[in-house]
Amino acid sequence: MSDFFIELWDVFFSTIRDVLPIAAILFGFQFLVIRRRVPNLKKVIIGFVYVLVGLSLFLLGLEKALFPIGRLMAEQLTNPEFIREWSASAGAVLHWSDYYWVYIFAFAIGASTTIAEPSLIAVAIKANEVSGGAIGVWGLRLAVALGVAVGISLGSWRIVTGYPIHWFIIGGYIVVVIQTLFAPRLIIPLAYDSGGVTTSTVTVPLVAALGLGLAETVPGRSALIDGFGLIAFASLFPIISVMGYAQMIEWIEKRAKKASLPNK
Amino acid sequence: MVALFRSMLGSFRDLLPIILVITFFQLVVLQQPIPDFFGLLVGLLCVMLGLTFFIFGLEMGLFPIGETMAYAFARKGSLSWLLVFAFALGFGTTIAEPALIAVAAEAATVAAEGGMIVNDETARASYASGLRLTVAFAVGLAIVLGVLRILKGWSIQWMIIGGYLLVVIMTMLAPQEIIGIAYDSGGVTTSTITVPLVTALGVGLASAIEGRNPMIDGFGLIAFASLTPIIFVMAYGMVI
Repeated sequence: MSDFFIELWDVFFSTIRDVLPIAAILFGFQFLVIRRRVPNLKKVIIGFVYVLVGLSLFLLGLEKALFPIGRLMAEQLTNPEFIREWSASAGAVLHWSDYYWVYIFAFAIGASTTIAEPSLIAVAIKANEVSGGAIGVWGLRLAVALGVAVGISLGSWRIVTGYPIHWFIIGGYIVVVIQTLFAPRLIIPLAYDSGGVTTSTVTVPLVAALGLGLAETVPGRSALIDGFGLIAFASLFPIISVMGYAQMIEWIEKRAKKASLPNK
Repeated sequence: MVALFRSMLGSFRDLLPIILVITFFQLVVLQQPIPDFFGLLVGLLCVMLGLTFFIFGLEMGLFPIGETMAYAFARKGSLSWLLVFAFALGFGTTIAEPALIAVAAEAATVAAEGGMIVNDETARASYASGLRLTVAFAVGLAIVLGVLRILKGWSIQWMIIGGYLLVVIMTMLAPQEIIGIAYDSGGVTTSTITVPLVTALGVGLASAIEGRNPMIDGFGLIAFASLTPIIFVMAYGMVI
């Protein structure tokens, strides 16, 4: 048990080290440039302490529990022996479709880690507050999770097949541009933002392990070149899914209006 | 106490999907026992408590300070200080980001194996720190641009689409090895503490300035912060 507290202490210190520059900038500007007292300074500082303690516990728990088992799973699922065992059709050379468990795992782990991503929760709370409740916290989080899930499965498929990454990214950009022309104006900035918030503490380490595992075991791929790129997929596809979600809601509302008109 | 319990329950609900996915794959697909079950349980408890505290502190500390500072800068009316602050926030939070340090080190290995730089310790270290500085500068610039956009009320679509065009053009010119890393560097820059702060800053600014809609003008800072590093890292790969 004492090991546990030593580890907690270490994580706590490294979190403080990461937060220190941010706190220095905030309070430096507050006291030197703005020179105005912060309302409820005590509450704000207590809030910061909560954030520090919370983030340390969160990271420690991930490091202790989730990352080891997640990495182990990524390794086992990409192992050619496991893939042969599950696919009856597998010949001497594995076909991309033999990796179906990898795609399912990529989808599931992408969606579930996004739901637990603290920065996405923060943005969803803010968006809900600013939009006066029009954008639901869960609606946004589920839409982003779906985008990440699709992005990561597509990204794993890319690693298996070896197609160049920029085709996918540029293709995704084209879809984003087209959607931007048609999506409701209010959602556009939030949708663009949701690309960046998805990939922080929880998702990146697990997804990186999956990418590296795949790139190492699929013949003809280099871990150094093909192992990268999954995060890019995970930050592009939520933009598409969030705009799609807003478009769908708008379309349903329009249909409901149209349907109710002749009756009146 | 009831509030704390309820938010703990909320955190448990947030984590439930991960637990289900891992259990399913471990027991049904891989057909293996769960290693160190007790450790896993303790770890999950930590994650749950941590998430609860984080969200608690978020609404008590991070959101209010971001918004208070945005209002103070808007009232003070000093554009140059606001922009300096924006740059410092972007640069300062990125340079120390652990995920970026890891990615930069790996990028240096790729560059060394690709023959772009000499494959020894010092060359790799200087390549990695150069890359970190590049990304941090790109994020600082992104927040400055984003803040300017909020002040002037420019439309975000054209700026982002312009950025995409730049990315596409750079992709054709940049060395093949750097592309994957460049695309990833856009995603790793935005940490768990930066995101709430930057969001609160943007929304606060847009609500403090007359004629701006917090929904349309307040969001978008993070989008810039995840686009500019892609462009700058590819440029870095071309120059070095």
